[in-house]
Amino acid sequence: MSQQPILEIRDLHASVEGKEILKGINLTVNPGEVHAIMGPNGSGKSTLAQVLAGHKAYEVTSGKALLRGNDLLELDPEERAREGVFLAFQYPVELPGVNSTYFLKAAVNAVRKHRGEEELDAADFLALVRQKMKVLDVGEALLRRSVNEGFSGGEKKRNEIFQMAVLEPTLAILDETDSGLDIDALRVVADGVNKLRSPENAMVLVTHYQRLLEYIVPDVVHVLYKGRIIKSGGKELALELEEHGYDWVKEHAEEVGVG
Amino acid sequence: MSTDLETIQHVTESEYKYGFTTDIDTEVIPPGLNEDIVRLISAKKGEPEWLLQWRLKAFRHWQKMEEPAWHNVHYPTIDYQSIIYFAAPKKKANSLDEVDPELLEMYEKLGIPLNEREALAGVAVDAVIDSMSVATTYKDKLAEKGIIFCSFSEAVREHPELVRQYLGSVVPYTDNYFAALNSAVFSDGSFVFIPKGVRCPMELSTYFRINALNTGQFERTLIVAEDGAYVSYLEGCTAPMRDENQLHAAVVELVAMERAEIKYSTVQNWYPGDKEGRGGIYNFVTKRGLCAGRASKISWTQVETGSAITWKYPSCILKGDDSIGEFYSVAVTKNFQQADTGTKMIHIGKNTRSTIVSKGISAGRGQNTYRGQVKIAKGAHNARNYSQCDSMLIGDRCGAHTFPYLEVSNPSAQLEHEASTSKIGEDQIFYCNQRGISTEDAVSMIVNGFCKEVFRELPMEFAVEAQKLLAVSLEGSVG
Repeated sequence: MSQQPILEIRDLHASVEGKEILKGINLTVNPGEVHAIMGPNGSGKSTLAQVLAGHKAYEVTSGKALLRGNDLLELDPEERAREGVFLAFQYPVELPGVNSTYFLKAAVNAVRKHRGEEELDAADFLALVRQKMKVLDVGEALLRRSVNEGFSGGEKKRNEIFQMAVLEPTLAILDETDSGLDIDALRVVADGVNKLRSPENAMVLVTHYQRLLEYIVPDVVHVLYKGRIIKSGGKELALELEEHGYDWVKEHAEEVGVG
Repeated sequence: MSTDLETIQHVTESEYKYGFTTDIDTEVIPPGLNEDIVRLISAKKGEPEWLLQWRLKAFRHWQKMEEPAWHNVHYPTIDYQSIIYFAAPKKKANSLDEVDPELLEMYEKLGIPLNEREALAGVAVDAVIDSMSVATTYKDKLAEKGIIFCSFSEAVREHPELVRQYLGSVVPYTDNYFAALNSAVFSDGSFVFIPKGVRCPMELSTYFRINALNTGQFERTLIVAEDGAYVSYLEGCTAPMRDENQLHAAVVELVAMERAEIKYSTVQNWYPGDKEGRGGIYNFVTKRGLCAGRASKISWTQVETGSAITWKYPSCILKGDDSIGEFYSVAVTKNFQQADTGTKMIHIGKNTRSTIVSKGISAGRGQNTYRGQVKIAKGAHNARNYSQCDSMLIGDRCGAHTFPYLEVSNPSAQLEHEASTSKIGEDQIFYCNQRGISTEDAVSMIVNGFCKEVFRELPMEFAVEAQKLLAVSLEGSVG
């Protein structure tokens, strides 16, 4: 049975300030799958996440990215979001004075409007939010605060996952969501992500460490090095990486002619 | 990047929607200013001799004064002889039923229901068009509690002793150039008197509208709250779009006796001029409140989005011991608008407290200046002030300036001052975009969040209007 992939990336090249960072990425993510993209610092992991979300600082010089068969790269960032692309930011941005509930409601209704669905009123929205809070064990106090303002690192990351739960994206990209989290916070975040896995959506986890993958078990692991995916495999690849370190990857890269 | 900036520009350059004129039969006097004009205005209004004499004294004083030049606003010299100092709708109305239907329609367009049956519950409205107050709603209901809410002219006729006692008691005609001019030629305005122990059961509101061409508007508002009284007063302003600049020089005086509280809110949306900086209102206003009695409180909240030039410093004289003064302000300048606004908090009594929260937003080539003075007199033991001045810049051709003045003559005073300047960040907009929110909505959301501390001081109806003015949908409807 052939399924249409949720995300298909073909020979994608991208640069920032004239410097090429991604040098030909190929990646296919099918419905229900969780892919982990690992790699040393500077390998282009976060660039890939930002390019898929449509950050203007990154210029796509060639290649394709398709979301369920449709060209993703021609869309504005907000259109991509409405089409179901969600980026959990490595550094979530603070919006002083902007109420979290209001912000989330605007986001949910932007997606609904795009799909031709009726916008949620205050009561329906609150019901949806309460249900998601229960699933993720998030306190109501969060809703009364300004978006990310004065949040600790862990709170910010949890808030990203909470937003993801409310928005129910087709493709979730988690950019170093594990960085800066202690083990308890990591467990909470991972637990949330696991609850959101479904046969209809897909996730791409960008991470430096294998640690996160103990809690979120990926279907496929890719190793990104110098802007290219140099190795792909099952979840055991992450363990191998952990054992041998990234130097092992670098040697491997030299064997395959990257670097 | 460029599309973001374009959208931001679109948001901040949005058209002025109150720019229509209404074709009403208007009586105007010849342009120019001299003693005869002052006498003519007074005669038109059938004023008593003492008031005419007061006007004449003010006029003679004004002639000896120089237009101030210390402010950070620039404009061509105003020709005071080319301005018309009195214009009024011809039909005189004794009750709402007699008000010119064209006029009622105009207020309908502005979203101000004068018809009592349709009026927002809890808001009594006085409406001043050009120089004349045209109607005051809910008057009878208020009168039952002994509250006087009427046009200034009517107050002069019906309550001369009150007007005479308080007129010029907070802002004397010698105060400044524009206050002196207003004292000489003021035409109408609102008068409010809340007797001892009465809590005004509804918001009182005045809408000011300049309609006639080449006319200046010089209204005066006087609010007196006796011991233990409370009133919340709202003021809104709009004007037609015209290529010429028009002058607005108002005076507002507030008097709060023992334990009295006056809350004064303004949404100022006079015509700001067009994108090239043509036209717009010159808004030179003197607003001051006297906390005369012990434990009295005066709170100013203003949202200033209109006018080509805004020059105003709503102030509090904290004379009574334990009295409180507050100033909350949002000032927006876009295109070629200039604002020089702030407050003065004069601490005279013991244990007096004041709070200043100022939010300036500049876009386009707008120039936004905060100018504030905190003065602690010798006898003001344990006085406290907290000032916070935040500026937000949108684009790179606008400016924000802050001039705080402190004068402390009592060592027990405690003063805090915080200031910040920020730009709407591309990263903030991208974050909103990534959640499906358009750049336009993101900008309004961020600006609105920036102004939150001020908006929550506004009465509900006004807060909504203020947020709409910043092109924003309702925040806080949930949670």
